[in-house]
Order: sequence, then structure tokens, then C-alpha cells
Amino acid sequence: MLAGVFSLLMAGLFVTLDAVDVAFTEAAVGAGITTVLLLATLARVGQREKIPLHTPLLPLVVVIATGAALIYGTVDMPVYGDPQAPVHQHVAPLYIAEARAKTGVPNIVTAVLASYRGYDTLGEVAVVFTAGVGVLLLLGSRSRKRPPRSQDDAR
Amino acid sequence: MPDDLILRVVAKLVIPFVLLFALYVQFHGDYGPGGGFQAGVIFAAGFIIHGLVFGVAKTRRVIPDGIVSGLVAAGLLLYAGVGVVGLLGGGNYLDYSVLASDPVAGQHLGILLIELGVGITVFAVMVTIFFAFADRDR
Repeated sequence: MLAGVFSLLMAGLFVTLDAVDVAFTEAAVGAGITTVLLLATLARVGQREKIPLHTPLLPLVVVIATGAALIYGTVDMPVYGDPQAPVHQHVAPLYIAEARAKTGVPNIVTAVLASYRGYDTLGEVAVVFTAGVGVLLLLGSRSRKRPPRSQDDAR
Repeated sequence: MPDDLILRVVAKLVIPFVLLFALYVQFHGDYGPGGGFQAGVIFAAGFIIHGLVFGVAKTRRVIPDGIVSGLVAAGLLLYAGVGVVGLLGGGNYLDYSVLASDPVAGQHLGILLIELGVGITVFAVMVTIFFAFADRDR
């Protein structure tokens, strides 16, 4: 539930950052579908957590070290909104200048996603496809193979 | 939940608009925010509402498993197929300029088609995952 609320807040944040396409995706996927799937999963798994066999110290140290490294990495990042940042210097000006004329699509995000970065998007769709096939193989076929499942069938 | 009259009536009212909005997002993605990913998810959400309110078994009758798993592959095939058509037309893979007589029109057509492919695959995968997760505890 909290994750869904968080996603919705992130979607609002993306809107204020003028990233409407990203906000749209976040609202639909993060706040919508993921919440439903998470709840469906929670309904499926058992009520009790397994008692952990190891001490939580080592994972805690790893998490803190990783977090500290990531935060240290942000120190070098360019100032937010800086037009001289490297990401705004490479191909972005070219996209903005010629995307509309070359593709006839007013939404530059769509033009970059589908045309300039067509390979990347094909890869993304392949990832989604693989996820679907994986779920189908792991969870989907078994329920079809044994049609009359009894009520007290333990999984 | 299937006995709740208000839920059933509201769901019946809402689902057509959800699907219509998904189609709008799909085919208006060139002009406004949106595109295949969002449209596929919203279209799937329409079916997921149906599944939550009326039960997954009924949704499975509306859209059988065979069709869903076929669509999972069809979207990706459409996307990759557009690339191959570009190859046959004399361009590079996923070069849409050769799809129509005019390069700009070709780009537009190509973007529309591959967004449709994205939408179909995302929709079918979301429905597949929902079916797989929701259908097992009944």
C-alpha cells in the first residue's frame, strides 16, 4: 500500500519536473498495476514469516556501505537543472532540433523512444516479453494441468 | 466481492471508459503524453478490474489464455517485423523512413506500428501475470 502511495507521489513529482510521459508511466505501472499484483501476491503467500537463521548484522553493513557509496557518488553530480551538464551536451540538442521535422511526431519523447532509440525500446519489449513467458512457465501451466483442485490442496 | 451490487454496476460503467482511454493514450501518444507502455498497462487495468469484481474465471472466458499468450508474442513480433520490413525496403533495421513514399510519413507510420506492438505485448504480459497470481488461491 505504501509503495503505491509512494509511486503516486513520485508521479506528481515527475509532473512538476515537466516529465509528463514518465509521470504517466509511474502512475499507471507503479501506482496501479504493481499495487494490485503486490496485493495478489500477499494474498497468495502464507501469513507467517520464516524465522531467520542468520543474524541481520552482515546485510545491514552491506546495505549501509552501498548506501554510503551511492550518496558519495551524488556529490560529483552537476547542479540540478544545469544546462552545461554532460547529459544536455551530447545528442539531446540534436534530438530537440530535428526530431519534429524528421519524424513528423510532435511529442519528442515518443520520437526519441520509438525512432532514435528504436533498438532500446525493442530490447525493453523483449524484456517484458521474457518476464511474461517466465511467469507463464513458472506459475501459469501448472494450474491448467490439474483441473479439479481440492480445497485443502496445500501448495 | 462478486455479490457487491454497487461494485458490479460501477465496474460495468467504468471498464468501457478505461479501455477507451487506453486506446486514446495508445494512438494519441504521438501528440501528447503516452504511448505503448502506458496504454498497454491501462488496457490491462480494465481487464484486471473485471477480474477483481467478477472473478478471474469470468475474465478468462472473456479473454481466453490462448489469446493472451498469443498476444504476448504478437506484439514483439509486430515490433521486430516492422524492422524487417524496413530491411526489405532497403533501409537499416528499424529504419522507418522507407515504409512510405515520404520519409516523414514513413517515420510516423513506423512509430505508430511499433508503439502498437509495445502496447499489445505489455497488455498481454500484465494480464498473464495477473491471471497467474490471482487465479491460484481459489
